[in-house]
Amino acid sequence: MLQSVMAIAPRAVETKLRAEDINMVFRRDGKSTNVLDNINIEVGKGEFLCLLGPSGCGKSTLLNIVAGFLEPSSGAVRIDGAIVNGPDPRRIFVFQERGVFPWLTVEGNIGFGLFKMSRVERERRIEHYVKLVGLGGFEKAYPQELSGGMKQRLEVARALAVNPDMLFLDEPFGALDSITRLIMRGELLRLWEAERKTIIFVTHDIEEAVQLADRVVVMSARPARIQRIVKINIPHPRDISSRRYLELRDGIFAEIGLAHQI
Amino acid sequence: MTAPAHVLRWERYFWPALLAIAFLALWHYAVRWTGSKVFPSPLGVQKGLAELAHKGLLWRYIGDSLRRVGIGFSAAVASGIPLGLTLGWYTAAAQVVNPVIQMVRPISPIAWIPISIVLFGVGDSAAIFLIFLAAFFPIVLAAMNGVGSVPSMFRRAGRNFGLGPVELLTRVVFPASLPQIIIGLRISLGIAWLVVVAAEMIAGDSGLGYLVIDARNSGKRYDLVIAAMLLIGLIGLMLDIAFRQLETLKAIRWGFRSES
Repeated sequence: MLQSVMAIAPRAVETKLRAEDINMVFRRDGKSTNVLDNINIEVGKGEFLCLLGPSGCGKSTLLNIVAGFLEPSSGAVRIDGAIVNGPDPRRIFVFQERGVFPWLTVEGNIGFGLFKMSRVERERRIEHYVKLVGLGGFEKAYPQELSGGMKQRLEVARALAVNPDMLFLDEPFGALDSITRLIMRGELLRLWEAERKTIIFVTHDIEEAVQLADRVVVMSARPARIQRIVKINIPHPRDISSRRYLELRDGIFAEIGLAHQI
Repeated sequence: MTAPAHVLRWERYFWPALLAIAFLALWHYAVRWTGSKVFPSPLGVQKGLAELAHKGLLWRYIGDSLRRVGIGFSAAVASGIPLGLTLGWYTAAAQVVNPVIQMVRPISPIAWIPISIVLFGVGDSAAIFLIFLAAFFPIVLAAMNGVGSVPSMFRRAGRNFGLGPVELLTRVVFPASLPQIIIGLRISLGIAWLVVVAAEMIAGDSGLGYLVIDARNSGKRYDLVIAAMLLIGLIGLMLDIAFRQLETLKAIRWGFRSES
């Protein structure tokens, strides 16, 4: 059993992203707050990495730096060897559900980033991704007519439609109810397995991280440091009552310093 | 009205119509009982309207007023929205221009009448200029505030998909601030309609405002004064209703909380 697991989990692949000695200091009203303290991360091509930490620890800041929306106080992010100095359509950031454009239909949202393509190609892509995320029949609907889960799938479809190599997801399921959240995790894994994008996923939900990720980066409270990196060597689909899953989950609970009792 | 769902369709029209009839009746009998020689009865006003229509003045005056508002308001929209979007986008520029706008804005358009007569004489251009001035500032401010209230998430998403500054402004910032801009347009159209009447009363030679002042000056025709007033109210209402239809468009409706 252990043998087969080991054979599947570690993919010896090239490095996609490397964050080197990232420090972030916010200055406001003469006070400076140290948010990120010497972060070093490597992400492999096609890997699903979760950044896990308590709310407000700075993991979203780190994701914004990696995506090129924020410049670190020191250090650099390299993707495919090149230093990141701004956002790029090859790497799409997915917000919580409110990131879809309310003035565009489902079709309009998915086609938003496809403005450089021919009309025929654009329509073909839109059709493909509408189906892929299960929004068939809602092509002409506006976001206000969709449920929270559908809006989130729409945003993921809009991101995937431009065929990026990386997705950055910032607590994407945080605003959803717990049942929808579970369904969405399964959907995301299905899309990840179909398209093999490199994914960095920020969450404060330990279960979510262990269900989804190849590796979980456990971050401390502010200033955020990398406390530990946990490899989740369980193949998908994961049995969330299996001993290995529970061991890994409880290990992280202990790492964060939470007694696993209520 | 506590349970609007139970208001029947015919009731929605019946009660307001009944109130209007009651009002006309009250007006009619008030004029009869007081034996007023100056104040016209509803029938007198109706005769006045027929006389205007017969002379061919009715549609010409309505057309003149609407044309002036149309031109002045369109010019204010065409220049005010791009300027407001730009100022909202480049906040440094807004800080330079804002004090001037905030100082000019509270000056009533009516106060500009002498200047506009000097510049344009009496007639179309003066009125159009005043309408433009009246509508311009509320539109600029609505567009500016609209841009300011666009969530940074939308801008980031736009940049993430590779949009340049101009595309970001036209494809993200403009549609995201459109609900606020539409509110500004509706308010400024209301103001423009108020101002055209004032402008025509003082600096006009045709139009509904001119009709009000001319009917009084040439022979104290209060039946025509009231007729013009009623027309002004009715047309103003219709303009507002027409504009409200824009707010129900799905690409805009998301910005209006009351709609669901």
